[in-house]
Amino acid sequence: MSRLGPRCVIAVLLALAGRTATAQERAPAPRPSNEIDIMEHLGNSHSIELPSWKAPYYVVKQLPRLPPIHVGGVTIDLSPTRHAVFLTLAAVLVALVFLYTSRGVARAQAQGRPPRGFAAAMEAMVLYIRQEVILPNVGPHGEGYVNYLLTVFFFILTCNLLGLLPWSATPTSNIAVTGAMALVSFAVIEISGMRALGLNGYLGTIFFLPAGLPTLLKPVMLVIMTPIEIIGKLAKPFALAVRLFANMTAGHVVVLALIGLTFFFQSYLVGVAASAMATGIMLLELFVAFLQAFVFTLLTSVFIGLMRAEH
Amino acid sequence: MLLNVLALLQEPAAAAAAGKGYALIGAGLAAGLAVLGAGVGIGRIGGQAVEGMARQPENSARIQTAMIIAAALVEGVALFAAVVAFVMQGKVQF
Repeated sequence: MSRLGPRCVIAVLLALAGRTATAQERAPAPRPSNEIDIMEHLGNSHSIELPSWKAPYYVVKQLPRLPPIHVGGVTIDLSPTRHAVFLTLAAVLVALVFLYTSRGVARAQAQGRPPRGFAAAMEAMVLYIRQEVILPNVGPHGEGYVNYLLTVFFFILTCNLLGLLPWSATPTSNIAVTGAMALVSFAVIEISGMRALGLNGYLGTIFFLPAGLPTLLKPVMLVIMTPIEIIGKLAKPFALAVRLFANMTAGHVVVLALIGLTFFFQSYLVGVAASAMATGIMLLELFVAFLQAFVFTLLTSVFIGLMRAEH
Repeated sequence: MLLNVLALLQEPAAAAAAGKGYALIGAGLAAGLAVLGAGVGIGRIGGQAVEGMARQPENSARIQTAMIIAAALVEGVALFAAVVAFVMQGKVQF
């Protein structure tokens, strides 16, 4: 049962990523030879690029296409796409790094000394996120939420950083991926509210009635405030999804546009200048990768804290 | 490159093509004006945060965290407009 949840999330992500890929494959316009196709590099596709020894040092491998599954009236295409492959890679990386780290930390603590090296670095990051970001913001007795929020932080960080490597893709530059993560955060926020406030208290956050309101004004208040409260509840995870998606996509669009200048002008001088600018933007992208993972985690913990503290 | 621009200028400007050109102008304006708003907002946040840190250096860490949160929220809103502009320019087919 404990592994069913993550498997469902991964299945949802894979299915959604597949649908996005088919939607973006429609009719790319034929391009003149001195332009590069930005959306083909950024979007999802059914092929991945693997490094190789021969020039031009990468090969395009087509990913396997699975037959579509018909569930009810819906056709689900579960064939792996580029973003789905990198999502799985990020999940495996996070799992391996932290299994290794936790063994190192446990071994050091059994010997009564603090951990050293890579395990200490990971422990420092985990402790910073736990002590400074999660626990102050989710409110009292919030240790149960630390697991989910740490997973969110390191998974989004790994996905963002994977996109900075050559010939790889950023899974979080896919609105389906960020939408699914925001959906799961929305579920955690609302369920935390239901657990902390009880069902009546939780419904009180939707159908908002301040105390001491005259009885005649209560229906008016309900009719006006309920849609606003519901939209407010839905807008917060929507903003989380769009913020992460837009930050990741925009950075890569700028880098690809600058590199594309070189191809457009077909000039070495422009190439040097454009590559210098693109290097500066890539350094900013590194900062933005960390910052967006931090902000997603921070905002989710703040929203959880707000829901739990309503009374 | 100049020859390409001249060729574009001399293309027969059908009424349908003119409408699509306006859509691209709109997309460019949307992205640019959004950056204007984000720049003003985040600049003010940064300025006030640094001023607060100068007044009370012992609170620097908390002020910096609050600054990062506010800047990320403002930038998120500006990126809504950038996403809309991106979708607009993606829908235009000449």
